[in-house]
Amino acid sequence: MKFRNLFFVLGLLLSFSCKTPTDVYKIEGRNVNITDSLQADAAIERFVKPYRERINKDLDSVLGYAVDTYSKSDGHLNTAIGNLMADIVYEESDPVFFKRIGEHIDFVLLNHGGIRSIISKGPISKRTAYEIMPFENSIVVAKLPGAQVQELLEYLSRAKRAHPISKLKILLDKDGKVIESAINDQPIDFTKTYNIATNDYLINGGDGMDFFKGSEAVIILDYKIRNALTDYFMKTDTINPVADDRFLQLQD
Amino acid sequence: MKRREFIQQTTAASAVIGLGGLGLQSFSSAPKKITILHTNDVHSHIDAFGPENGRNPNQGGVARRATLIESIRAENPHTLLLDAGDIFQGTPYFNYYGGELEFKLMSMLKYDAATIGNHDFDNGLEGLYAQLPHAKFDFVSANYDFSNTIMDTHAKPYKIFVKNGIKIGVFGLGIELAGLVDKQMYKETVYLDPVEIAQDMARTLKENEKCDLVICLSHLGYNYKNNDQKPSDLSLAKRTKDIDLFVGGHTHTFLPKPTIVKNSVDKNVLVNQVGCFGINLGKIDFYFDDAKNKSAEGVSILV
Repeated sequence: MKFRNLFFVLGLLLSFSCKTPTDVYKIEGRNVNITDSLQADAAIERFVKPYRERINKDLDSVLGYAVDTYSKSDGHLNTAIGNLMADIVYEESDPVFFKRIGEHIDFVLLNHGGIRSIISKGPISKRTAYEIMPFENSIVVAKLPGAQVQELLEYLSRAKRAHPISKLKILLDKDGKVIESAINDQPIDFTKTYNIATNDYLINGGDGMDFFKGSEAVIILDYKIRNALTDYFMKTDTINPVADDRFLQLQD
Repeated sequence: MKRREFIQQTTAASAVIGLGGLGLQSFSSAPKKITILHTNDVHSHIDAFGPENGRNPNQGGVARRATLIESIRAENPHTLLLDAGDIFQGTPYFNYYGGELEFKLMSMLKYDAATIGNHDFDNGLEGLYAQLPHAKFDFVSANYDFSNTIMDTHAKPYKIFVKNGIKIGVFGLGIELAGLVDKQMYKETVYLDPVEIAQDMARTLKENEKCDLVICLSHLGYNYKNNDQKPSDLSLAKRTKDIDLFVGGHTHTFLPKPTIVKNSVDKNVLVNQVGCFGINLGKIDFYFDDAKNKSAEGVSILV
């Protein structure tokens, strides 16, 4: 018994001194910049290469040509590039919407800030669509009552920015008041509900377009803006958009 | 009863003596070092930025990160590699392959765990789920309840790693999805309050699981100056205890070095985040010993 006791004590002592070290006594922390002074790992490079080449081939294959260079800063209330973008959204998504709902889109409203790049004169590729629209924003259609369409017009007259529109026409007087407006070349009936194609960013309150909160319904098309651009470029040889009379302000 | 207990204890003690005799050298060995490496918000940035890039010329790149990580592992094999979310979205690699390449590369780099960022829902729960077979690492998320979704059981609240005998508990936290991610994308994912969950997790890992090191892998964001009600890494670090390190993401915060914060019981906690796009790698070294090495002020922190 005594012998056993001795073992026990010895064991306890040893297990104490053998205790795994589990107390932190020092911490060192730093953030290391990854620069070109580091050699690229060859195995990783080899692995990525076929993916990269396949993407570049697809992105850079020529789909069409741009007659000129187009920028969203070329123009006051409407620009060639903005008109092109809104017209493409109308043209590409109206058949999708009609197939789904059996109605047509009445007009399109996007945001000036949603044009993320210029279109350069020369070849157009899928990369062009990625540059203009790097985000994943999708096309949605809002069923907007006339009262909210009125608010939309007031918003545009206050903003005085070239927010891209299609099938909508607005004329402001020199003080910035709406004096003429039309949807699809018809006078607007403010007792009617209109189908307005826009993007999911704006429908969720982006750029303070609060009138969209009054939508009676929102139809999601599952169609990305970038894909609409690509689809259009694929079937169009030459793009030659112009600033026109869809949104103007009288001078003098 | 007492006698039986005593005999059991004695047997155990003899076993310890036996082991002690064999492994005496290891007991007198040097302190142990655990290295935590981390990234966040890489956003599909697989290739390095080119020389023409206005903000980060010639920086980043997965292949270079691999070289750096390998050299650190060669120096200390007891290393954990973590990612704090937003792996997806930002370059055509994601648009073309849906995250497959990101997960495959992270697996090649031997990531140990990642948490889920808001952009990791960009192709919906189905899109994330579809890529899981390509990830040889685990996802941790303690405050997203995926029970009623396809992701159920595919993200654990926490994971425990044992490196060089040191037990490391890593739990994940995600940001509130409503208003940030389309409901169609996250569906029935339930967001739980990160403050409560963090306290629960810290208790579980420290007290029940007896972890030596507790790490919160978070996609909450570093700090919200204009909204101190919004949960962030800094606010959680101050309001909790028993967490040693917050590895953060979401706000793309380029910290020049880890921040030291006092927690609810006045102990130091490290909060770190390394910006975005794989431009930086965070490296935190924890040195372990028995209490003898501790200076009078406690743990020495060099950042």
